[in-house]
Amino acid sequence: MKLIMAIIKPFKLDDVREALTPLGVQGLTVSEVKGFGRQKGQTEIYRGAEYHVNFIPKVKIEVVVPADRVEQVVEAIIKAARTDKIGDGKIFVLDVARVVRIRTGETNIDAL
Amino acid sequence: MKTLLQRAFWALPLLLCTFPAFADDAPKVDSGDTAWMLSSTALVLLMTVPGLALFYAGMVRKKNVLATMMQSFIVTCLVTVVWMVAGYTIAFTGGNAYFGDFSRIMLTGIADKWDQPFILAPGTDVAVTNTIPETVFMMFQMTFAIITPALITGAFADRMKFSALCAFMVLWSLFVYSPIAHWVWAPTGWLNALGAADFAGGTVVHINAGVAGLMCALVMGKRLGYGTDNMAPYNVGLAVIGASLLWVGWFGFNAGSATAANGRAGMAMAVTQIATAAAALGWMAAEWISKGKPSVLGAISGAVAGLVAITPASGFVIPGPALIIGIAAGVGCFWASTWLKHLLGYDDSLDAFGVHGIGGIIGALLTGVFAYGPLTADKDHPDGIYIGGLEQLGHQAVAVGATITYTAVVTLLILLVVGVLFGLRVTEEEEREGLDIALHGERLG
Repeated sequence: MKLIMAIIKPFKLDDVREALTPLGVQGLTVSEVKGFGRQKGQTEIYRGAEYHVNFIPKVKIEVVVPADRVEQVVEAIIKAARTDKIGDGKIFVLDVARVVRIRTGETNIDAL
Repeated sequence: MKTLLQRAFWALPLLLCTFPAFADDAPKVDSGDTAWMLSSTALVLLMTVPGLALFYAGMVRKKNVLATMMQSFIVTCLVTVVWMVAGYTIAFTGGNAYFGDFSRIMLTGIADKWDQPFILAPGTDVAVTNTIPETVFMMFQMTFAIITPALITGAFADRMKFSALCAFMVLWSLFVYSPIAHWVWAPTGWLNALGAADFAGGTVVHINAGVAGLMCALVMGKRLGYGTDNMAPYNVGLAVIGASLLWVGWFGFNAGSATAANGRAGMAMAVTQIATAAAALGWMAAEWISKGKPSVLGAISGAVAGLVAITPASGFVIPGPALIIGIAAGVGCFWASTWLKHLLGYDDSLDAFGVHGIGGIIGALLTGVFAYGPLTADKDHPDGIYIGGLEQLGHQAVAVGATITYTAVVTLLILLVVGVLFGLRVTEEEEREGLDIALHGERLG
């Protein structure tokens, strides 16, 4: 099992969810996050006072899938979240040691 | 019982015959004028709470939102009591050219002729008879006395001690607002006698508050982290609601200053709307050209600048000049708030001086240029009392200069006294923590 963690532009969240549902993804976790990468920050101006905002709002999606589905899911996220402009985000893939469904006690693949 | 009713029945026609004769002798309260002034009073109160409270609170950081709202709210309460005790009598009784007398201290005597038209400066040769009761006049003027010191709070937002603020506001209302209101608006006041035109408070309210704010900003110094920390507004949306409420309430402020429901009130309302829109567009255009984006905060700031500048002129000017006054205020206040402030290096947090001081000066001077005679014509002055031109501009300049000088000096003295007694500024730790928690023990969500 792998954890796919994707940082994307907030307005692309619905596109990504719609792209993942047909692939059999049963659930995912979303958080609002802030950060910076090559896009760096943005400038805000209030009555002539300029503030450089270093951390830009992004959305983080976390989804755990069986190892053989990883490529498919990653491709789908890329396709849905891409705008070809700087700041589209990143995807990280991590190993998952163990999964437990709290209600039934099922483990690993059965618990996904 | 039957005989009593019969007697009453026969007496009725007699009463109906005699009553109109009695009414013709004594001047009567005009119900239309009174209804409008009651409404205007409520509209002007709406400008401070919640209008100004939201406008200012939306522009500060999240940790100071409640404290900023509290400032407008408590100034409303403090000045209400101060006005009742002594402020009204200093401002609007005859007295001399500089100060009223004490005949209305604690509002003594206001109940004597409670249902009769109210005469300003009775017994003098400049007496002015109104068509509304004195209670309504006193209340309408009270709402002006409330918003003026509340405007100053924008200059020292984020850093003044609450105890010091309360003391400052009481003293400022008594020793700065009331005397200047007397000079300009009491029939016996020296600027009124000189012929300075200020319909709704360009000098009394806006220049006065703006310059006092500048003095506060200079004396109290910059906010911690000014120029380095991010001081972006917590919620410009709140400020938009606040500015919009100010706009609506301002019809009471300007059109209400006719103290009657008449043609001048109508003209004041029309020019207020036109100048406000023009100023919002003026600020927006200036910002769009010089900074690249037309900001929401800029548009609403421009609208307030237009409202400020048309305040002294409303009731004296007609629509064409109102458009010019609006554009001049929008561009002028943009320049003052974004360039002049940074050039001179003072931290007027929410631009009390940049918008109210500069907008007030622009409006007060342009009133002297554009005053349209027929609006103030009467049988002794067929061409009008106030006519735009060099002479009127001179009177306006004297009023502007006198207001700036007096408010600057007396505000500094009050700051000195309050500073010695209470200390003006919160501690560094309290300022970093935020005034909401440090001063009021509360937090916004």
